Amino acid sequence: MTTLPDHTDKKLGLVIDLDICVGCQACATSCKEWNTGGYSAPLTDHDPYGADPDGAWLNRVHTYEVANEHFTGTVHFPRSCLHCEDAACVTVCPTGASYKRQADGIVLVNPDTCIGCKLCSWACPYGAREYDHDQGVMKKCTLCVDRIYNETLPEEDRTPACVRACPTGARAFGDLGDPESPVSQSVADRGGFDLMAEMGYKPTNKYLPPRKGTDQAPQTQAEPAPATTRSPIEKLFAWADRALSR
Amino acid sequence: MHPAYSVILFTTASGAGYGLLFWLGLAHVAGRLPVAGWDFLAAITIALGLVTLGLLSSTFHLGRPERAWRALSQWRSSWLSREGVAALATYVPAGLLMLLSLFGVGSWLSLPLALLSALGAVATVWCTGMIYASLKTIRHWHHPLVPWIYLALAAASGAVLLVLLLAFSGAPLRGMSALALLALIGAGLLKRRYWRDVDARPGAITADMALGLEGVQRQLEPPHTRPNYVMREMGYQVARTHARDLRRMVLTWAFAVPGGVLLILALWGALAPVLAPIAVMCAAGGLVVERWLFFAEAEHVSMLYYGAEQA
Repeated sequence: MTTLPDHTDKKLGLVIDLDICVGCQACATSCKEWNTGGYSAPLTDHDPYGADPDGAWLNRVHTYEVANEHFTGTVHFPRSCLHCEDAACVTVCPTGASYKRQADGIVLVNPDTCIGCKLCSWACPYGAREYDHDQGVMKKCTLCVDRIYNETLPEEDRTPACVRACPTGARAFGDLGDPESPVSQSVADRGGFDLMAEMGYKPTNKYLPPRKGTDQAPQTQAEPAPATTRSPIEKLFAWADRALSR
Repeated sequence: MHPAYSVILFTTASGAGYGLLFWLGLAHVAGRLPVAGWDFLAAITIALGLVTLGLLSSTFHLGRPERAWRALSQWRSSWLSREGVAALATYVPAGLLMLLSLFGVGSWLSLPLALLSALGAVATVWCTGMIYASLKTIRHWHHPLVPWIYLALAAASGAVLLVLLLAFSGAPLRGMSALALLALIGAGLLKRRYWRDVDARPGAITADMALGLEGVQRQLEPPHTRPNYVMREMGYQVARTHARDLRRMVLTWAFAVPGGVLLILALWGALAPVLAPIAVMCAAGGLVVERWLFFAEAEHVSMLYYGAEQA
């Protein structure tokens, strides 16, 4: 059914820390690697080694230049499905292939009933859905639904592939509907925010802002300048130093 | 938004077909066109032919056309599904009317069937317009006038077609020409107001909102070296000067020229078999350009992640 559930028991999602993401693309490549063999299989590519490579990816990492009072610098910005509470991609679907699960809030596409009309990708403000030309169906982040509940995997691997791959710990996975969960705590502590909150899709995934450079730097005293004797020889050295460094 | 030819052909052809069906139904209810006449048969055949051509063309837009029947299931939430249901439902009274006409059966049944066909035509075109108008992500489409413009353009193009049919059957057509002229003027005024509106209001969503950060200066590095699906589908852009010329073309060919022809027909009714085809051909060309622009000028908010400043 493409009507949305009244509520979901959990709100599983990601928290992405823009402060520590280094833009290494490990999350994007490991997402592609897992999902081309998992629920979304295959995630096809066209001309992957040629001049005009193109393919379906579920996670994309942009890099922006940002300058505000708080922070000036480069921000690496991973972008994937935010598993919105008010997911317009689901309600526009004419077939019921797109749906939001009541148990955990994950938004999925059933590849066996999708007709590839692409309307869901038009309805998504985040550009999170990518069409698979080979398969003729829409692909999107599944929050690695085939990993997180998979008891044949070691427990530490039951987390989305992007989270598992992140070398800096910039991605965290958990229940954002539970205020006590570590992900909800980090959102509360760090002032986590929604993307395009103004549009009202109520995304589940949250982003943490980059910290100010001086927030974490240790405070050190400047060493006092050594007392000078103002002797002629010292003046000579000072003159030589200035002359040579000109 | 990428202007897909299948969708342009679908919305213009089926729009004209439903418009023709609408006027045909009304004309029959008003007692003008008896079902047994050959002009009625020709008109309903052309109307259903255009509708069917449009619907078939729309399935070329699908990745899995063989599963298209599934699109009838989600009418509770999806305007696309509602459109499919309305389109199929309209075939029932319209198909029966066509059968009555084919066998020359004059029955009282033709009146409710004609009325239902007209209603079905309106409902289907309204759903088409709402597919676009319901998308908050595209400000050029999420506009209250959009479904009304779809209705008005369908009515105008259908009316021009009916004038052509009347011209060939030698029936009196001054009244219908006047109606078609009014529909065309109404649609043209709505379209001009719509253009003024979307031009006056720039996009309210900014790159800062998209990233949730203040002071986004520029995209330093995109995630991929070549355009991906999102950029090709949602990032289509038409140059501003180009769009202005095309809008002028729409005003000329979709509205001014056929409007002038219809005025001559409404006033004198002369030379109809020569003039009516001119009106139809100009309107068809102009409406295809109008529909192409409707897509090409539409801005999608996801492009904020790819360097757009507002959408």
